[in-house]
Formats: sequence, C-alpha cells, structure tokens
Amino acid sequence: MLSRDQVLHVANLARLGLSEEEIGRMGEELSGVLDHIAKIGELDLDDVAPTSHVIALENVLRADEPRPSLPRDVVLAEAPDPTETGFRVPSPGAGP
Amino acid sequence: MSDAILDLTAAQAVARIRSGELDRAELWTTYRERALADELNALSWVSDELSAPPVADESPLAGVPVAVKDLFCTAGIPSQAGSKILEGYRPPYTATAVERLTSAGAPLLAKTHQDEFAMGSSTENCAFGPTLNPWDTTRVPGGSSGGSAAAVAAGLAPWAIGTDTGGSIRQPAALCGIVGLKPTYGAVSRYGMIAFASSLDQAGPFTRDVTDAALLLSAMVGRDPCDSTSLGLPEPVALPSATDLRGIRLGVPEELTGEGIEPGVLKAFEATLELARELGATVEPTRLPHAPHALAAYYLIAPAEASSNLARFDGVRYGLREPASDLLGMYTATREAGFGDEVKRRVMLGTYALSSGYYDAYYGKAQKVRTKIAEDFDRAWADFDFIVTPTSPSGAFELGAKTDDPWAMYLNDYCTVPVSLAGLPAISIPNGLADGLPTGFQMAGPAFSENRILDAAHALEKAIGFDGSKARRP
Repeated sequence: MLSRDQVLHVANLARLGLSEEEIGRMGEELSGVLDHIAKIGELDLDDVAPTSHVIALENVLRADEPRPSLPRDVVLAEAPDPTETGFRVPSPGAGP
Repeated sequence: MSDAILDLTAAQAVARIRSGELDRAELWTTYRERALADELNALSWVSDELSAPPVADESPLAGVPVAVKDLFCTAGIPSQAGSKILEGYRPPYTATAVERLTSAGAPLLAKTHQDEFAMGSSTENCAFGPTLNPWDTTRVPGGSSGGSAAAVAAGLAPWAIGTDTGGSIRQPAALCGIVGLKPTYGAVSRYGMIAFASSLDQAGPFTRDVTDAALLLSAMVGRDPCDSTSLGLPEPVALPSATDLRGIRLGVPEELTGEGIEPGVLKAFEATLELARELGATVEPTRLPHAPHALAAYYLIAPAEASSNLARFDGVRYGLREPASDLLGMYTATREAGFGDEVKRRVMLGTYALSSGYYDAYYGKAQKVRTKIAEDFDRAWADFDFIVTPTSPSGAFELGAKTDDPWAMYLNDYCTVPVSLAGLPAISIPNGLADGLPTGFQMAGPAFSENRILDAAHALEKAIGFDGSKARRP
C-alpha cells in the first residue's frame, strides 16, 4: 500500500494537485494496480536487453536547413495569458 | 435515395462517384445530416460546410468524407483529445495523417469523441460525456477510439480514423461490429497526434469492411520528415482480393484463447477457426509464453511515457489555466482541474514507475519484458503466417460496469497489448454476434505484412458474412 507521503511525493514530481479525497483513493487504486504489475518480478530477466523501440531504425538524419516557422501571433493565439511577444506566467519565486 | 447511399461501403461510393452514378454533393449532405443528428455522443464537432468541400479531379478517395478522432490536430477546428484541459483548443496546424486524407480526396466531416488522451477502453473517460454503442445504447462502444467506431457502425460517417496504443482501434471496432486496423508502428506519421505513449501510438482506419480499410490506409501511410520514427512501407497498400486461405498457417496462442475469454466470444472465435480450415488454412495451437505478462509491462511503459508527454499541459502555452499566485501553484491547480480521474491515475503511476529508486524494478523490467514478447512473436513467424485471437475478451459491457475497478477495465486489452508491445500490424474483423452483441476476430502478422493481413481478412470476412446494417438503422 502506498503511503500518504509517497502519494504526495509522486504528485509533487508530477506537478499534480490532488484533493484530500483523491489522495486517499489514489493510494488504494495505485496499490491495487501495482499488485497486478508485481507479477513481472517473477520473471528472470537478468540477461535480457531492454527494448525502447521495436522496429529497427538507422539514425534518421537530414540537412540542417532553416525553414519558415509559424508566425508569432499564431503561436500565441491559444495562450491563456499572452503578451505581444510571449507567454505571461505567475512569478516562480513566491511559492510556499 | 439516402438509404441507398447508406448501404454503400466507402469503396463502392468512390467507384460510383467515378462512374457518375453517385453525386458527391448528395453523399456529403446525407452524411452531414446524419452526423448532425448524432444521438450516440459519438461526435465532438461536425463540419459547418453546407456543400461538399472541393476535391481534386482523379483524387483516389473521390470526395468520400471521413471522421477523425478528437486527438488529431486539425487547424482552426477543436482538437481536445477528450480532455477538459484542451476544451475548445484550436491548433495552428493539421496532423500529417489528416492532411494526407484531405489531399487524397477525403474531406473532414466530423471529429469523434474518445477517452481522455486515449486512456481507456470504453470512451467513458471523456470530459464531454460517454459515447453509446449503436448496437445497444446502454452499453459502451469500447475505447479509446469509441467515437470513431460508433460513428462508422451507426452510419454517421462512411469511414473514420483513430489511434491504437494498446488496442484502442481494434477493441472498439470489435465491440461495434466493424473493421479496425492497427498498422506496423511507424507506418503512419504521428505528427500532429496529441501523444499518449509515443513508442506505441499508431493511427489507423475504422471501416465497414476490409476493402475500405485497405483503401483508407493506402492514403495515410508513408514517411514524414516531421516524424523521425515514421517509415515507408516496403510496398504500396494494395486492395485485397483473396477468396480463400490455401497455404495460410494460423497460430492460436494458448495464453490468449483460454481463461478470461467470455464463453460466447470464444465460441464465435472457434467457429471462425473452422471456417478458416474450410477455406484451406491450417490452424494449430502455439505458445506466446510471455503474453500473460504483457498487460503488466504495458501498464508500466504506457503510463511512464504518458507522464512525460502530458507534462506539456501546464497552463502556459494553450488550454486551461487555473489562476494561482505562483508558478508551481498554477501548474498543480491547472492539472488538478483539467485532468480526469484516469489520466491522473496514469500520470501518477507513470511518474512513480520512473521515479528514483523504482526505475529498475518497474520501467527497466517492463522494457525487458517487451523484448521477450517481441522474441515470442519472432519465433512464431517461423511456423505461422498469422497469430489469431479474439480481439477483446468480452462483448460490449454496460456503461459504468468497470469504471470502479481499473484492472478490470485494463483486462479489455489482454489480447491486443502483446501485439502493440511488439509493434506489429493487426486487424480486427467483425466475427458475428454473441448474446446479440458484436465480437471481433484479431489477426496479427509480422512487421509490414499489412497487405497479407488484408488479403486473408478479406477472404475470412466473405466467409463470415457479417451484416452490420442493424446498427445503422435503429
């Protein structure tokens, strides 16, 4: 069973706010899923190479040539709080 | 006339538009009116074009319109991935797969609902309400591409595309009684697909029959400079023509065709194996010894990749922002308010699996299991052309039946996830009804065997003779 402190630690790593109710439920639900997942611990995998990409690919290279990118106003159009030249965010310094 | 239009497969509609027997404008209007009258909550957006958008002469898809899963970016059109955090988001560019379909003559008719960020097997994890199954509206259509599956099954669109990470094309296709194809990883560009698990995500077609799947796939595939993992298929996608299975060797893995499969689903599967024998195939039992561990590996790898991919939803550049006095508070409040329960669960699971002290025990081990599963399939290809299983262990289940038990929901992917981890192509074709609900027959092949899969599926489909028209005329 994941402890309350573990849940809060992982939530902080994930930058995810959780309500009190969610903290309790998340501990139970994640522990339940991890119990099923723990079965892979039974396998002997010591000499097995990990797979991160299944289809064999050579390095994919291209010439490094400048291409037009999206206009700034288009990029900023969906921002919650844009300025004329960028994305405005609250100060990072005032945290608890 | 609209009933006659509705009876046509997409490929038949293409042929009739070409020969002048069918008016492209009438086809557009017929489907657009049906899409606007959607009672299944399958669609998140319907085109406001009253008349059919222009298509180039001689374009291969001849103007037969397509519905597209919400998570494909479409310029200026809401692309929300089923999430509140992207509600109303209109991207500045269009996904390559959609761009290719438009260029090939399939204009965008509608966007379709999905589980949030493609995480789910029922489309109940959608911030905009669940999609209903056209065969029985008290039941789910499967997921995560449930809107695309329901739309094609109910005749709200001639055909559609979706994405498959662990079964999200094949399982909803099975539960809605249509064809769904997951291509080899890399066959279709992922550029402009809002990412879930990048090493697994792959786009593919939802269609009424196998010929339509081949035709739609042929217009989607190809290398894309914007996706460095995209690959050119070694040969163009061909329309299937086989009518028998002479010389085809089918392998039936014990691990995926016994315990855990509903009796009615298993019975329909075994009946189709008998049909395959009658068509000339050999059918032999085989083993995929690591397949029972695939689900555990998948539910580490996919959430781990998701937890990283979803870091971009932070309230800065697009989508929802919850106000807060400092930056960290803004991130956590935005993500708390914008993500649904299942997304939070998977972000937490993935972050935990990647966190210091647990990486080797979880993520590292899961990647090794992935190697063993790929090796199991490699060994199978020495003896078999295809591995066949039921697509989903159950038929469509009732809304709410599995939402309280994450692992029960994850078990929907039991037969599809091993194929996904190995990056292989697989099709699900309608395999008759069990207790009045559709079941699916999954056929997986070696990498790049799409043409052979389509041919064999075509022969089987004709022999099964499934009639899906009931779902189009409730």
